[in-house]
Amino acid sequence: MAELASLEEAISELLRDGDSVALEGFTHLIPFAAGHEVIRQGRRDLELIRMTPDIVFDQMIGAGCARRLVFSYGGNPGVGSLHRFRDAIENGWPHPIEIEEHSHAGMANRYAAGAADLPFGVLRGYVGTDLPQHSNVKTIRCPFTGEELAAVAALRPDVAIVHAQEADRRGNVQLWGIPGVQKEAVLASKCAIVTVERIVDELEPHAGGLIIPGWVIDAVAEAPGGSQPSYSMDVSDRDNDFYRAWDGISRDRETFNAWMKEHVAA
Amino acid sequence: MTGLHNSVTAARGEIQTVVAARRLSSARSVFIGVGRPSTAAILARTVHNPALVLVYESGTIGAKPTRIPLSIGDGELAATADSIVSVPEMFNYWIQPGRIDVAFLGAAQIDRFANLNSTVIGDYEHPKARLPGAGGAPEIAANCGEVVVIAPHDPRTFVEHLDFCTTIGHGAGAGTRERLGFRGAGPTAVITDMGVLEPDPVTKELVLTQVHDDVNASDVWERTGWDLHVSDALVRTDPPNEEELSALRELVAR
Repeated sequence: MAELASLEEAISELLRDGDSVALEGFTHLIPFAAGHEVIRQGRRDLELIRMTPDIVFDQMIGAGCARRLVFSYGGNPGVGSLHRFRDAIENGWPHPIEIEEHSHAGMANRYAAGAADLPFGVLRGYVGTDLPQHSNVKTIRCPFTGEELAAVAALRPDVAIVHAQEADRRGNVQLWGIPGVQKEAVLASKCAIVTVERIVDELEPHAGGLIIPGWVIDAVAEAPGGSQPSYSMDVSDRDNDFYRAWDGISRDRETFNAWMKEHVAA
Repeated sequence: MTGLHNSVTAARGEIQTVVAARRLSSARSVFIGVGRPSTAAILARTVHNPALVLVYESGTIGAKPTRIPLSIGDGELAATADSIVSVPEMFNYWIQPGRIDVAFLGAAQIDRFANLNSTVIGDYEHPKARLPGAGGAPEIAANCGEVVVIAPHDPRTFVEHLDFCTTIGHGAGAGTRERLGFRGAGPTAVITDMGVLEPDPVTKELVLTQVHDDVNASDVWERTGWDLHVSDALVRTDPPNEEELSALRELVAR
């Protein structure tokens, strides 16, 4: 059963240096507040897992939290590059990081396999490209038809962190709008932390709402505004101006450090 | 300024968007990334094909945006969608079975068989420029009914050899897609700000079939990194009409 905790307590108790940790949220419901808490607590050598690293991983990589990155699209959507991600890969700043990259279809199936406790996921994918040489993809023959298919190893992160609109006092979580791959990430991980915009006495079923029962979650922490500059549908709007501004903030190491010191470290 | 914006002379980037939108006149559904592809698809829904189903990677199916989204998951896409699905569902139930007619893709590099690189410039281990990576492109290009590539016509983009093959278009030419077991027809057009390239029906090599505005075939040849063949039936793009241009400008201004 999920414990209601402060975000500080949840990260401090459940995330260790060296852990593999998935922060999910596909454009929507990105757990920024939790990512910032990880940075503040100075976690190191993490294996960061996320389909779309986005600004939150740019910040965590630039702050020196990452040993390894597993991902499928490392860009600032609609804007361009993630400069801290690029600087780490191209120049090893603040230190070199290992990468393992996939396609979205591959990552989605890796999470689904993890959630199902299967050793691998199967799909028609990666074929003919240069990706298999630089990723963890194998082929498997269908025992029924003989068709050759791509096999991708299940993802089993030590910790998953996701954000949702609301939870009740027993830790049952409800999210709506774009659901991304959060449910799969929670069920695939050994431990799950969920931050929410608000804690309510009773969850009111919401149209299109996805409920994750509290008994598969380890900690729920209230973090109002915790998905900004991403958004939580019906609670906040995506701060597109900030996504554009991040390009300038993150391009230069000193500007980045100064911004992080002012907005995250405090 | 008013005179300039009301002018019926379209900029080449505008022509590119208008031409891309026209390709969707009879499509049932289109899969779209951010940027110019999204603008073109919204324009197509406004001007040519109101029933067109816009599918974004974020899981929004049948989104009806009134303005150009910055990301593929902006709130308006979710708020107006017929259905919102998870990422595993999007790729496994909608893209993999070939339910989407047309996919609009971009790329940093394109070769003569419309294979695409969106991963690195330079060596993989020590890249000159690390690009975002594959995203959904490899499986989208393999499985959607057809692929339309939208890119600026720049010699750095249209290259003899890709630094990395992220996404197969027509592979090594005719027969590759069949050998790899791909479901979709692959790239049917590459729409640039200078013209349109289409695969030769026999060899699958891209051939210049259309030029925009006052562009000449030799201008396009000069900005292409391989010995680009020009179709005997080369046509000049019908300039955007007033409806197309005013709808596009209104959309961009919103």
